[in-house]
Amino acid sequence: MLRFVVGKIVMAALVALTVSIISFSLLHLSGDPAVAMAGENANDAAIQAIRETYGFDRPLIVQYGDWLFSALRGDFGESYYFRMPVTQIIADRLQITMLLGLLSITFALVLSIPLGVAAALRPNSLVDRAALFVSVVGQAIPSFWFGLILIVVFAIDLRLLPASGAKSWTGFVLPTIVLGYYATPAIMRLTRTGMLDVLSADYVRTARAKGLPARKVIFKHALRNAIIPVVSLAAVQMGFMLGGSVVVESVFALHGAGYLAWESISRNDLPTMQALVLIFSMFYIAFTVLADILNAWLDPRLRVA
Amino acid sequence: MVEMSVTAPGSAPLRLTPRQRAWKRARRHRGLVFGGAVLAVIVALAIFAPLLAPYDPYLQTLSERMKPPVFLGGSFAHPLGTDALGRDYLSRLLYGARVSLFIGLVAATISALIGTTLGVLAGYFGGRVDTVITFLINVRLALPVVLVALAVVALLGGSLTVVVSVLGLLLWDRFAVVLRSATRQVRTIEYVAAAEVLGASLPRILYKDIMPNVANQLIVVATLEMAHAIILEAALSFLGLGVQPPTPSWGLMISEGKAMLLFQSWLITIPGVALFLLVLAINMVGDGVRDVTTPEGRD
Amino acid sequence: MLDPSPILSIRDLSVALPEGGDRPHAVTGLSIDVRPREIVCIVGESGSGKSVTAFATMGLLPKALRPTGGEIRVDGRDLLSISAKDHAAMRGRTLAMVFQEPMSALNPCYTVGEQIEEVFAAHTAMSRAERRQRTLALMEEVKLPDPQRIHRSYPHQLSGGQRQRIVIAIALALDPRLLIADEPTTALDVTTQAQILALFRQLREKHDAGILFVTHDFDVVAEIADRVVVMQKGRIVEEGSVDAVLNRPEHPYTRHLISAVPRRHPQARDTAPATPVALRVEGLEKSFQTPGTMFRPGTPIRALAPASFSVGENETLGIVGESGSGKSTLVRWLVRLIEPSAGKVEIGGVDVAGLDRRAFRPYRKDIQIIFQDPYGSLNPRRTVGDQLIEGPVNFGVSPKAAMERARELMRIVRMDEDAVERYPVQFSGGQRQRICIARALAVEPKILIADEAVSALDVSVQKEVLKLNDVKTRLGLTLLFITHDLRVAGEVCDNVMVMEKGEIVETGSVVEVFGHPRHPYTRSLLDAMPGKGWDVPDLGAIAEQELS
Repeated sequence: MLRFVVGKIVMAALVALTVSIISFSLLHLSGDPAVAMAGENANDAAIQAIRETYGFDRPLIVQYGDWLFSALRGDFGESYYFRMPVTQIIADRLQITMLLGLLSITFALVLSIPLGVAAALRPNSLVDRAALFVSVVGQAIPSFWFGLILIVVFAIDLRLLPASGAKSWTGFVLPTIVLGYYATPAIMRLTRTGMLDVLSADYVRTARAKGLPARKVIFKHALRNAIIPVVSLAAVQMGFMLGGSVVVESVFALHGAGYLAWESISRNDLPTMQALVLIFSMFYIAFTVLADILNAWLDPRLRVA
Repeated sequence: MVEMSVTAPGSAPLRLTPRQRAWKRARRHRGLVFGGAVLAVIVALAIFAPLLAPYDPYLQTLSERMKPPVFLGGSFAHPLGTDALGRDYLSRLLYGARVSLFIGLVAATISALIGTTLGVLAGYFGGRVDTVITFLINVRLALPVVLVALAVVALLGGSLTVVVSVLGLLLWDRFAVVLRSATRQVRTIEYVAAAEVLGASLPRILYKDIMPNVANQLIVVATLEMAHAIILEAALSFLGLGVQPPTPSWGLMISEGKAMLLFQSWLITIPGVALFLLVLAINMVGDGVRDVTTPEGRD
Repeated sequence: MLDPSPILSIRDLSVALPEGGDRPHAVTGLSIDVRPREIVCIVGESGSGKSVTAFATMGLLPKALRPTGGEIRVDGRDLLSISAKDHAAMRGRTLAMVFQEPMSALNPCYTVGEQIEEVFAAHTAMSRAERRQRTLALMEEVKLPDPQRIHRSYPHQLSGGQRQRIVIAIALALDPRLLIADEPTTALDVTTQAQILALFRQLREKHDAGILFVTHDFDVVAEIADRVVVMQKGRIVEEGSVDAVLNRPEHPYTRHLISAVPRRHPQARDTAPATPVALRVEGLEKSFQTPGTMFRPGTPIRALAPASFSVGENETLGIVGESGSGKSTLVRWLVRLIEPSAGKVEIGGVDVAGLDRRAFRPYRKDIQIIFQDPYGSLNPRRTVGDQLIEGPVNFGVSPKAAMERARELMRIVRMDEDAVERYPVQFSGGQRQRICIARALAVEPKILIADEAVSALDVSVQKEVLKLNDVKTRLGLTLLFITHDLRVAGEVCDNVMVMEKGEIVETGSVVEVFGHPRHPYTRSLLDAMPGKGWDVPDLGAIAEQELS
């Protein structure tokens, strides 16, 4: 197990390093960051001043090293727009996004796993068709539009929930549904096909031949095996949700990290943008490593060599 | 349980060829037929948009602003009403289909080329090649697509070319993942070894023995990614960092309609439904292809 | 003899196949009785409905198959009319089953100890300690070494034979009245098979159970059966004591099956005149490197000890051994599907072992291989013709000429010429194997390797394919025949080479090696062969007697 986990962590560290290079190079994608910062009407002297203040005149590799080591210490520089340390702004905003992410993945798992299992137990039944409908619609519905429709129905027409903001828990209901539903189809499909595969496996037949009650066969023998790939997928979906939060938070004007990302991108606030790309990637990497460890523990073939 | 197979081996000398069987199943597959039909209609509307659209999609008639569609009490002069700048909504919708389909096709093609190459190589060779490619896939997956796409569009400007290239360069991960495992599986089947023993060169094995047997999975992923690209373009445009006004993009139409959300919700409903139907149709075709080409597909 | 009342009594059972099958019923009008302490074997080829009968009794049929008539009585209760819940309650307690595939029959997520204990937990009120103690005792009974350790092992840590013993322990946990075994030794090596069969015989005595044993192998039948039921296409064609059915079969189908069983004692052949050497192998080795980690390098595993042998032109050399003996590594090496670690291989006097892949390519023509799996060996998406011309076209023959030759080859392997236009799905397993043979012959090789090429086929189909041996003589081929089945080797080979754990332990003519084995491993292999007391009767003589 140790070997498996260590291998995964080494891979994750290399991925993280590569991602940091990519986030760093975003700054230089547009050409000269000093020109971008100075704005359209700046003269050469002003641009040169910015260049020197921010150290853009140094070699790229030095700039990268400097940025990376500061970042490792938790210092992402100062936001061009907010004129505040980036770390402080992100720390504030991340709480909302993390809460939203947690609520959404819970919503997705609670909806998709039972439905996926039920669908697999009775293929082509009413439940299976309902599950298929939920997943087909979920895959096709653009989340920003789904969010707007929910606002129209629940906030404007029915006046049940707020259309925006995070002043109370009610503000999280609609965003959670939208973001959670976004992750539901994939998890449900994998649960369903995984269960179908496992239910026709020889060892499930052995379990039935022992005379175990159906409940035991399904939950102890089948689901336990079918859930292993779902763990990995759920981690990946959690990472994707962070990306999705950019869209959902701006629809619901929820001032989390996703909303901040959109703000900073629209305002060319490069340090914030860089920091967010890096942080979102790190979250994704951390989730997948956690899933690998969880799987190594769930699956004896990985745990005991 | 070989014993329990429905047709005993050796008993049915004249079974259908793979292609015949897929066609036979396809015609009975309701999702595939429905999705295919809807998709065909949307494609036809997009192709013939210049003939079908009653107005120029860019024409602003300020006296005709915010006319409701016919079913909400409007007139047939503007069957789907007009937007805040007095542009005919039906015309914009028809031209918007072109944008969506173009983005979907081109982005999916670019990413299919990248992802398939990487996936097939990783799956065929295994070992170090596989490690390197798996690493690349992991890097790609770790980057948040929406964020990176938004940032790149913001930095390079929101032209159709930029949006399409960014999406094409970002969406290859699923092609690589799926084709890697499909190739790995096919690689171990003995007909590949047989071809090798018969002196077939590597390109010939890839072309004759690997590709035809992973093609169905490629098609399925291509549909998924086409749908994905279409949704992402709409989302980027909705956030103001995709295709730029006045181009008629469905995402942009929803974004523009958002300002009128309180009073004129049809402004977002109409392009939203169009987007939903298009993506739904593409996904149904993909699911259908998977069902009719898998050996033990559900009938 | 006292005739106790049967434990299992199946009457007029019919099981419907879904529409589109090759026949309306998997099983029709089937009646079988099994008494305590009796082993009843159901024999038949694939598709005969023998497994369906077993699964119907257990109530474990796939959803697509359903019983449409008759009854299955166990202890007087008709299993077809009781509720699913009651049927489940009888499974594990009154009825138990052992399956074919030991590798996949156990849940990978739980220890095997827990998987046995579960039976006690489901059907009895035993305490935890009691369950554990009974489980350890069961493991002793099925002769598993070190039960304490095995108890906390996971299935992937055990060998196939050990896993099958666990499955048997699960089945025996509560002393079932009826034990059903579906090809329980088919996936095992011959020495493990012998141990498991011995176990079944002992269990019958100890547990008073009736055993319904499904198999395709007449030697296994001879080894353990009391009574035999022969099935063909869902019907019973013959039934009787093991002596009567095996030695005096009446039904033509039974005779057909028995006559296809390879003879036990190889007929003494004329010693083939020494021919020029076609293939000489010297000091060939292969070791694999286990994947290393950052902290420790991988360790090499020797798959093949330095091997040396030679085969003459026109000779058939059998290479026999159990799984893990290195025989597949050896041949995969010879056709260069894997790279050698060291050694020398001469084909027609040229050493090809030192050549890199590109330089070796022209020699591929000379050495061809036929694989085991008739379903995996042909690309489902290419026509048969397209696959037959693959080799010649790669070596520069025009597609048109190659296709002409392909049609001719189809005739040589006794198939229809038009087969070249069809797809592999349209052929049966035996037909596919012939296509594979034709494909290998298309490049006119000097040496042909058959890697377990008939092992996946039913005996009668096997026999048909083996008849193609005359083609070999006609074409002057050298044949390397790899098999785990000693009887088949005895029937087709001139000389044999026995391999164990990557080493060649004995080489000689078939008569020498099988008649007077020198190496202990060869002897143990021969001893392990089931059905030693029986040999295929002279059916011709029986037929003559009947006529007179």
